[in-house]
Amino acid sequence: MTLTLGHFLSLGAMLFALSVIGIFLNRKNLIVLLMAIELMLLAVNMNFVAFSHFLGDMHGQIFVFFILTVAAAESAIGLALLVLLFRNKSNINVDELNSLKG
Amino acid sequence: MDVKTGLFYLFAAVLLFAAFRVITARNPVYAALYLVLAFFQASAIWLLLRAEFLAISLVLVYVGAVMVLFLFVVMMLDINVDGLREGFWKHFPLAAGVGALIALEMAAVLMGGFRLGDAPRSASGPMAANANNTLELGKLLYTEYLYPLEIAAVILLVAIVAAIALTLRTRKDSKYVNPADQVRVKARDRVRIVQMPVTRAAEPVAEAAAADAAKENKA
Repeated sequence: MTLTLGHFLSLGAMLFALSVIGIFLNRKNLIVLLMAIELMLLAVNMNFVAFSHFLGDMHGQIFVFFILTVAAAESAIGLALLVLLFRNKSNINVDELNSLKG
Repeated sequence: MDVKTGLFYLFAAVLLFAAFRVITARNPVYAALYLVLAFFQASAIWLLLRAEFLAISLVLVYVGAVMVLFLFVVMMLDINVDGLREGFWKHFPLAAGVGALIALEMAAVLMGGFRLGDAPRSASGPMAANANNTLELGKLLYTEYLYPLEIAAVILLVAIVAAIALTLRTRKDSKYVNPADQVRVKARDRVRIVQMPVTRAAEPVAEAAAADAAKENKA
């Protein structure tokens, strides 16, 4: 039995489903929410690399490269916002982010 | 089952276990460390797919930079972990339902849309086994994707500026000089030149001593 495209796509799908479950389970903890988003991006990248390998097309790997760039920027700004939130509210509970609510 | 398949199942099992522990770990520090393990396993799977450059940059960028940032932030903040775990099991049925829905939908798409027995088409051309992955990636990146590459660089710059500007805190006790005031100042605001006589005639010493003596005698 050799490896097929389906193996890698199934792995990516399971990883994505796991991180969606993680977002629902940790609805209060902003840090774990950010980590679940990183896991989702990893699942998507897994699909891109698998398609790139099995279709013989290099452009998929280029796309993964750009996704890595954007994900790094996103997590840096997200963590900066998290630090700012903790400084102002002394906790990182998502439920208490209701200052804009009328 | 050849060696590659066995390695794939090993890495995939550890990856899914690590991802499961990331979303269920009680302490965010453990979650971050399990996320590091997950990224290492994903990197190994990408090596199986002959994406060497991306596998190495995943370890460098994610494990080396992003996860260290996560660990810094987790350890810097004094978080009440138990308060954040409230409602963890209350949300479990909804989470399991949504997760199962996503898994079923993806399974339907994968089973219907892709012939799983296809051999990889990367056996020849720029992705052959003896091709240089980094070289081919660089050729594409610096010719066809030059413009997106520069946009990516600008995005990283914006991220740096935004992260620093958001968390910048000026100290109240620091000796800060306003540069505008500093430029606008003139010499006469700071230095006052006083005209004084060069020498002054001294009072005669003998008369002063006599006057002092007369005062003491009166007393």
